Amino acid sequence: MEDNTKNLENSNNSERIGNAEEECFETIIGLETHVELSTRTKMFCGCRLSFGEKPNSNTCPVCLGHPGSLPVVNKKAVEYAMKIALALNCRINKHTIFHRKNYFYPDMTKNYQISQFNLPIGIGGYVDVNMGDYTRRVGITRVHMEEDAGKLVHSGTTGRISEADYSIGDFNRAGTPLIEIVTEPEIKSPLEAKQYMITLRNILLYLDVSDCSMEEGSLRCDANISVKLKDSEKLGTRAEIKNLNSFKFIQKALEFEVSRHISVINSGKKVIQQTRHYDDKTQSTKALRSKEEAHDYRYFPDPDLVPIDIDESWIEKIRDSIPELPNQKEKRYRDKFGLSDYDSSLLSGDFGISDYFEKALKAYDANPKGICNWLMGDFSAFLNKDQISINDSKIRPEHLAGLVKLIDDGKISSKIAKSVFEEMYFKGSDPDEIIKEKGLEQISDEGELESIVEEAIKNNPDAVSQYRAGKVKAIGFIVGQVMQKTKGKANPALVNEIIIKKLS
Amino acid sequence: MELISMKAHELHELIKKKEIKAEDIARAHIERIEETDRNINAFITFKPGEIIENAKKIDRYISKGGVVRDFTGIPISIKDNICVKDIRMTCASKILADYTSIYDATVIKKLNAQNYLLLGKANMDEFAMGSSNENSAFGPVKNPWDLERVPGGSSGGPAASVASFEAVCSLGSDTGGSIRMPAALCGVVGFKPTYGRVSRYGVVAFASSLDQIGPFGRDVTDCINLYNAISGHDELDSTSLDMKDKKDHEYKSGQGIKGMKVGVPKELMVKEVDSEVKASILNTIKILEKNGADIEETTLPSLEYALSVYYIIAPSEASSNLSRFDGVRYGYRDKDAQGLREMYRKTRAAGFGPEVRRRIMIGTYCLSSGYYDAYYEKAQKIRTLIINDFKKAFSKFDILVGPTSPTTAFRLGERMDDLLLMYLSDICTIPVNLAGIPAISIPCGLSSDKLPIGFQIMADTLREDNVFKAAHVLESEINWKITPKI
Repeated sequence: MEDNTKNLENSNNSERIGNAEEECFETIIGLETHVELSTRTKMFCGCRLSFGEKPNSNTCPVCLGHPGSLPVVNKKAVEYAMKIALALNCRINKHTIFHRKNYFYPDMTKNYQISQFNLPIGIGGYVDVNMGDYTRRVGITRVHMEEDAGKLVHSGTTGRISEADYSIGDFNRAGTPLIEIVTEPEIKSPLEAKQYMITLRNILLYLDVSDCSMEEGSLRCDANISVKLKDSEKLGTRAEIKNLNSFKFIQKALEFEVSRHISVINSGKKVIQQTRHYDDKTQSTKALRSKEEAHDYRYFPDPDLVPIDIDESWIEKIRDSIPELPNQKEKRYRDKFGLSDYDSSLLSGDFGISDYFEKALKAYDANPKGICNWLMGDFSAFLNKDQISINDSKIRPEHLAGLVKLIDDGKISSKIAKSVFEEMYFKGSDPDEIIKEKGLEQISDEGELESIVEEAIKNNPDAVSQYRAGKVKAIGFIVGQVMQKTKGKANPALVNEIIIKKLS
Repeated sequence: MELISMKAHELHELIKKKEIKAEDIARAHIERIEETDRNINAFITFKPGEIIENAKKIDRYISKGGVVRDFTGIPISIKDNICVKDIRMTCASKILADYTSIYDATVIKKLNAQNYLLLGKANMDEFAMGSSNENSAFGPVKNPWDLERVPGGSSGGPAASVASFEAVCSLGSDTGGSIRMPAALCGVVGFKPTYGRVSRYGVVAFASSLDQIGPFGRDVTDCINLYNAISGHDELDSTSLDMKDKKDHEYKSGQGIKGMKVGVPKELMVKEVDSEVKASILNTIKILEKNGADIEETTLPSLEYALSVYYIIAPSEASSNLSRFDGVRYGYRDKDAQGLREMYRKTRAAGFGPEVRRRIMIGTYCLSSGYYDAYYEKAQKIRTLIINDFKKAFSKFDILVGPTSPTTAFRLGERMDDLLLMYLSDICTIPVNLAGIPAISIPCGLSSDKLPIGFQIMADTLREDNVFKAAHVLESEINWKITPKI
């Protein structure tokens, strides 16, 4: 998981670097995102969804496209699609149908993909993307359901089917429920595109409808981009960049495209409408052969499937199942917990961290701010250093909560807490046990502290006389002596109090 | 009485009384097939050894007290576009010549539950496209009444196997008349149920919105029983009807037709209908009248467009349904092709016969962007008009009647060079599929050259009972005893 703040800052810098010439142009981006749903079974048959299992082990006559087999819609997938559509503020089409998208390719067992066309499940929504100093509202044109293809591995060194002696197919993925989310062309920069994807992914994670793993391809997107002169009414010619599967690639590919379009326009040439592919090795995009894009998909309603009619009560049932979403969480963190705008936004803006935060709150809800400070401070720093996500950390949320409670109860000082935290981070142990084992519990016993304070006063007459002479700060030296003696375990506030009492 | 000339319900009584063994019935039919099928060519896959083994198994099951159902031990031929697990299924096409089904169609599961006896896979027009059974990669089927003539199509094998006493009953599929038309030409009973009554799971799709599996038999009772055996809601087919919330009109035999309202659409008595056929149909209508039915001529104006609509919708759906046959995962593949595109092209060019290729091209054209609205979408609109015409007619009539086929069996090769004439063979049956209604064809007479004529009875959606009522009355009145001499 990426740290949003850091990237926001970096990119702001890079935007400031932009030269005056670029400022004459306007970029317009639309994204089509594909999400693999995490239902138990496939979209149109009863096969289990699997990842990394033996090739073709989860297949049947339906997903293998055997003669005579018929698709049956997975109701759960429809509900997940409704959930997504509603969370993206879409209207649900109460009469929704499946179309066939016809094209020949060996990863598509029927040589048509069951998809949606003119009556998708969701239409007309939006997502608010937090850009730090402004919010970009991105319109959602449509949310539709379809099925994924199988995977092909081509022999030979290039990995291309045209240069392979043979190819082998794994159809475990064939028929996996896919949701396509299409935005309006309302994204104005590569950075906005990336932030939109981060926001979308976060919402999807909250909805618990997909694992959203970009490495495994369960979340990927195609980007349409065009560039025009700012004062020109006419839209620029668009290029489509296929299959962008990381936040970084989305931004880099689009940044490359922006400069490519600008230099084409500046050279007096015309941008050609084409499909391109991003190569991270060269950090540039390349046009796919035009032959590969000359498709007439011959869409028509799939006669094997009956229309899905959705009534109001079904919609309400799904609406009720939607958990609190990031923007609602942000508001609650701010209003109810009194967290700063900055903290609320960061906490809610990352499903993993927010989920962790809420779990910690379940264990100890008296000091949300205290838990938040650890999450945003030391904890984040450690995670960043190790480049791991919070879910991979050894510290359990209830242990972090326990640590905050120990501080709040005056059982340990915040200085000790830092070392306890380190122990927790590296070993995953319970803070209660750590302080017990190492005897780190704060000394708040007045009698015990009094004798230590008395000893310190006796051994440091200089400091005592300075204090009595009106130099209040000298008390700090004596406190330091006590802390040293107690190896930092003494309750500093109490020590302070005793010293003042003894010296007055 | 000879075993092979008996109906399923007659054999059933004997099996139930243990007066006869499934094995004896099987042997009699195997003998018959071996004697006649070299002329008829009704079977693509026929394995006598396995049939005997299975018949013996059924006998053991019966002797152990197993329940004897309507089709327990009854030899049935299955059209070769219906999946039977571990049995070759060719669809009469080179592209599937060596394909073995990996699962049972729902109708086969239902028949297996009754312990039926599979006789073999029956010949057909390739992928059910044709009206004469001449489009088979396994050679044409001959009409048992005259070996120079076609049995009709596309279920020519099922019809001919039942007409020639090779099989007691058969299952076919009907997309535009593919059960009723060959039933008419072969002098047997063939029934197409309401769309959605019988699961399509496991029948190789030709035109999904039109396809329906149905029975062939030598009498109406066998067809009704076989229909009852295979019908019912199936979760594996979204288009199969769930009768949960619907009223089902159950048919009880012996219900007469007194007061039944019968419409005779003039659009089905078109100029293409042969005069002898017409005379026989009018004669049969008189029998209905004699038995108390009210006859009235009527009109369904949109039927004029049925054939045109059909030849847009069916090929369009077929062009997509048949795209899975590409040589990649199963079936025939051109091994010498270089590269993916050439492999697709050569495999499909050599794997499909001319009629299938023609319909794939028509369908691909109709669905292409720029043509979709003018063809496919418009055809769907007219299909709705046809449905509405039938709805209107059935608000007035219990059944509609007319010829099944405009002519009797034509000569082999006669229409192969005149495709429009060939397509016109289905002019009386196609409207039924477009409307999704049930219809039966029963033999009603012989032409002067001793060829059977079929009478078609149609009813409203889910009103199979009305079809059966009229068919039963006519059957007993006509008392059809004539059989082909083969």
